[in-house]
Amino acid sequence: MSIKLLFELFLTFFKIGLFTFGGGYAMIPLMSDEVVSKGWLLSEQLMDFIAISESTPGPFAINMATFVGYNQQGIIGAIMATLGVVLPSFIIILIIAKAFHKFASNKYVVGFLSGVKPVVVGIIFAVALTFLLKSIFNIDIMNILDIEFHWSSLLIFAVVFGMSRIWKKLHPVYIVLVSGIMGLIIYGFIL
Amino acid sequence: MLFTLFWTFFKIGLFTFGGGYAMIPFIHSYAVEKFKWITDDEFLDIIAIAESTPGPIAINSATYIGYKLKGVKGSAFATLGVVLPSVIVITLISMFFMQFRDNQYVEFAFQGIRIGVAVLVLNAAIRMYKKLEKTPLAYVMMVIALLIILFDVLPVILLIAIGGVVGIVNQLIKLRGEAK
Repeated sequence: MSIKLLFELFLTFFKIGLFTFGGGYAMIPLMSDEVVSKGWLLSEQLMDFIAISESTPGPFAINMATFVGYNQQGIIGAIMATLGVVLPSFIIILIIAKAFHKFASNKYVVGFLSGVKPVVVGIIFAVALTFLLKSIFNIDIMNILDIEFHWSSLLIFAVVFGMSRIWKKLHPVYIVLVSGIMGLIIYGFIL
Repeated sequence: MLFTLFWTFFKIGLFTFGGGYAMIPFIHSYAVEKFKWITDDEFLDIIAIAESTPGPIAINSATYIGYKLKGVKGSAFATLGVVLPSVIVITLISMFFMQFRDNQYVEFAFQGIRIGVAVLVLNAAIRMYKKLEKTPLAYVMMVIALLIILFDVLPVILLIAIGGVVGIVNQLIKLRGEAK
């Protein structure tokens, strides 16, 4: 066990926890910057893990921290990374609960969020686009001419996207299940 | 009391699959309806605060409700409760499930699942876009952020910080305009 790596896990996830506005998916590019670049996770593993996290209890941030921490340094690593991602929220909320009763209507807070929100929406669209290009056409945005396309991938996309648009309240776990079963049948038995 | 807080948030953490926003109705039914720890108005305040601060909404609301009831100790117990189920389940998955990852059929399933994940993220983006206050500045910022991340021009943290600063400056200019 390396104390240095444990501390690095803690610090990296502290940073991620501090800058994650707008829910789990906004974390994804941050994870790419901080965790994939360190070699703690492959970008395919990041995608697979989103599916696992949507099918298991708890928030994405906690699940991700536990998973990466465990893979690097076992249970202690999982605890350090999770502690790191939780602490910023914990500290900030304690300060707010103690001192600022009108926090959410403070003009600086309102201004800050009015700028952060559209940025976060743009970030999540970028992630969606990157994932779609990668999973359907096997395209890397930096290498756009290298296309490898199967009609079957587009079919899976059309089915699950259609499902999610028709049944707006459909739980994510069904999207994971249907796309997984279709993947197994199409790639495993037909192709 | 501390144990009740811990146990209630443990249950909330354990039974909300898919995280974040799936937890809101659970938190409401326990904290407002069953135990009457907070009122409906306070609950709405907590959601507003949770949305205005970084980090998962589950952690934010557990910390806030815990603090209100039993101070710092209360928030520690509530937060520990909501985090623990994830830590246990994901540790078990990391220990056992990941051994199956090299299985050929699991890989085929995950090839499909990656498309499903892309759809989930796309839907999240559409959902957040609908909630966005659509000013011209917001559109410009959204598109610029999209391009910056797509082509990996700036680190995400810097991008978010710049967004926040632009928002604050814009808000102050707006307030000054209204004052005059």
